Amino acid sequence: MLYATELMGAKTYDAQGNYVGKIREFFIEPAEQPNRIAHYLLSRGSFQPLVARHDQVASVAPGNVRLNVNERSLEPYEPNEAWLAVQKDLLDQQIIDTSGRKVVRVNDVDLAEQRTNGSIELRVTQVDVGLPGAVRRLFQGIAPQKFIRRVQGQFPPRSIRWEFVNLVEPDPLRRLKLRITHEKLEDLHPADLAEIIEDLSAAERQGIIASLDEETAAEVLAELDARLTSQIVEKLDPEKAADILEEMAPDAAADLLADLPKETSEELLEEMPGHEAAEVRELLEFDPSTAGGMMNTEFVFVGEDSTREDVLKWMREQDLNLDQLDTIVLLDRAAQYSGTVPVARLLLAEPEQTLAELKIEPLLSLPPDASEREVFEIFDKYNLRTLTIVDEDKRPIGVITVDDVVSKLLK
Amino acid sequence: MWNRENIEAQWAGWTERAERVMSVVRPYRHRIALFLAVVGPGLIVSNVDNDAGGIYTYAQAGAKYGNTVLWSLIPMTIALYVSLEMCARMGAVTGKGLSDLIREEFGFRVTFFLMVAILFVNLGNVMAEFTGVFWATETFGVSRFVSVPLAGLLVWAIVVAGTAKWVERVFLSICVVYLSYVISAFFAKPEWLIALLHLLPPQLTHYIPTVRPFVQVPPFTAGYAVILAGLVGTTIAPWQHFYLQAAVVEKRVGPRQYAATRNDVLVGSISCMIIVFFIIVCTSSTLFANGIHDIDNAGTAALALKPLAGKWASALFALGLLNASLFAASILPLSTSYVICEALGFESGIDRKFSEAKIFYALYTALIAMGVVFVLFLGRFANTILLWSQVLNGFLLPVVMIFVLILVNRRDLMGERTNAKGFNWVAWISTVAMIVLTLVVAYSSLRELMSHPVS
Repeated sequence: MLYATELMGAKTYDAQGNYVGKIREFFIEPAEQPNRIAHYLLSRGSFQPLVARHDQVASVAPGNVRLNVNERSLEPYEPNEAWLAVQKDLLDQQIIDTSGRKVVRVNDVDLAEQRTNGSIELRVTQVDVGLPGAVRRLFQGIAPQKFIRRVQGQFPPRSIRWEFVNLVEPDPLRRLKLRITHEKLEDLHPADLAEIIEDLSAAERQGIIASLDEETAAEVLAELDARLTSQIVEKLDPEKAADILEEMAPDAAADLLADLPKETSEELLEEMPGHEAAEVRELLEFDPSTAGGMMNTEFVFVGEDSTREDVLKWMREQDLNLDQLDTIVLLDRAAQYSGTVPVARLLLAEPEQTLAELKIEPLLSLPPDASEREVFEIFDKYNLRTLTIVDEDKRPIGVITVDDVVSKLLK
Repeated sequence: MWNRENIEAQWAGWTERAERVMSVVRPYRHRIALFLAVVGPGLIVSNVDNDAGGIYTYAQAGAKYGNTVLWSLIPMTIALYVSLEMCARMGAVTGKGLSDLIREEFGFRVTFFLMVAILFVNLGNVMAEFTGVFWATETFGVSRFVSVPLAGLLVWAIVVAGTAKWVERVFLSICVVYLSYVISAFFAKPEWLIALLHLLPPQLTHYIPTVRPFVQVPPFTAGYAVILAGLVGTTIAPWQHFYLQAAVVEKRVGPRQYAATRNDVLVGSISCMIIVFFIIVCTSSTLFANGIHDIDNAGTAALALKPLAGKWASALFALGLLNASLFAASILPLSTSYVICEALGFESGIDRKFSEAKIFYALYTALIAMGVVFVLFLGRFANTILLWSQVLNGFLLPVVMIFVLILVNRRDLMGERTNAKGFNWVAWISTVAMIVLTLVVAYSSLRELMSHPVS
């Protein structure tokens, strides 16, 4: 096993044994091979730096690199955006460890030798984020190799396999050239991804959110600190932002828009489809510290005379969001609120029982202008999971779920 | 008289007045709320400046040279604001801490040595803070074997037991106690107008005939230069820049909230200097006016006030010192361990559990423990430590300031938010001035250390 730090500054000789220059940088070309060191930058003092290709390298050892070609066959160095530089883009930078689900800083890069016909290829196997890497970085070039190897052995290694390393590159063009995708991030739980994003810089956050699919982006934004969310949405392309807002629950979208400057939130509402925008607009009318400001307008309601069988059949045909399927709101014949049925009760009921027989006592509801204090108290007193909000005509206009209460209490 | 109608009429009058006030305030409500949401880091960071070492220096300056040092406060406010504002701006624009940026742009080795230097400088400062606790409680007749361990335990517990938000609220409310210096100064009954006059540059006031008789001209001697440099050195410290930038990042301040943060830094810088003004005026109008020019430490300054300005002035001065020392003793170890862990890639932050951030908490605890142990058993070296920490401070500040200036002017990091041309001039000039002055302090402290081998 070799380390990038140990090889930096290695003297390089060509096939005839003539000195060429010192290694200054390693480049990976992700478009060709995701982990191969494709090019070596050789500096030659005041002369123009040269680049050796991976198939021009015969042997690699700390301090000493041999090529299998003549110096004349090396090409002069031209900066290339599609090359990932180990020193500049990796060392000391933050990366996302998708297996450990956190943001870490790279101390060193571990390389493995691989023999292919007549040349040696270096493959990145893992990045070192622990103390051994730090020791190498500190002493490389000023202390003998033996000493460094001995000191670093005193510390427990901490590394991340290259497959689990997700780079963060704020510039979308470069991201494309370097083949950086965030597919692996989409597999993480939105709450974990949100925590990762909070650890990154503003530009990096922006880059990640912009490249996620709308659904994941919406879920992540709902988990983020409110001020961060508004900063991110404000800078997104309005069309993309509107798509993300559409994916969010209307109450979350309304909370987000309430934090934005008036013009921006208007612009985003214009971009959204009519009925969703109307729903969010209605929610925006409520003071965020009242029941109306906390409620969600998407909920399941049925007539109280329907039987369990009918309701289940109807629900199967609907495209329902499972998050809202905790409690069903009942309406009487006058379309007024008449009670709620937790889905658990529905599960255990006989097929022919009507929902009116299943509803929980007592009948609870609050008007939208009730204060958040009242909401907390009623949840606490009756151990509720869902509370229905009704208007002056006793018509249900939304529900507050226990997770809305928890996040409000934590603020 | 107090019948029902009367009371109701009164009440109506009050509600109407309150309504009128609110109608003025309401359009700004959002802005005020925004300011309150991001306020804190700037105010805290500048007030911690007035720590044990700081108060000692200000008291000394006032006792030795009276009002003639006051003119330096306005340029110092500008330098403090300019240097802190750059860090706050970097935090808001890049979303990264100063140590992160230095690590990313200048590499591991530079960062490592910088962190070692910061660790030593701040350890010296922490020791000085606990010495301040000792000085202050001594004037109340409390043994240091009681007060100092208790203080150590208190600051340790505040951070380990509290959440970030709560700790910040505690810190912000502590800022109010600094007002004790203002009251203490009033007890000293200074000539306020004359003191205010000395805020202007002496060269200017000296040439205005009407005020000339009231103005004392500064004696431009070597001793005076050292005191002046000491004022700057204790006011602008390297750790502040790291603390402020990290706090701005932690508060999620973005470009849109930045105006409020800038005001926070501005208010902080000015309020810090107002306290300095009152401390100097207080000691100048008592100690200096009565010929007491040399004081051993900040505690003796408080005691010397007793016969001259009364026991309340003395007690308030000591209370202020105790408060300032405790405040700085809780912030410095915290900020030090935070910055070091961030830069070297260890988990950090007081919202993490002990098992998640062992090194962070270990460092934090060790810094406090060393401060306490030092004062208990090696207290006689207090002045030596104070001098050494000023020497190291003097060598570290230029390095940090130059890193800050390089980073803040990088377009790839800051975009449009690099320093404006005029601002950059002010920043470079005040940096160079600070560097020269801190080097003067470092040199004179070093000479003193050499000439008086540890007794």
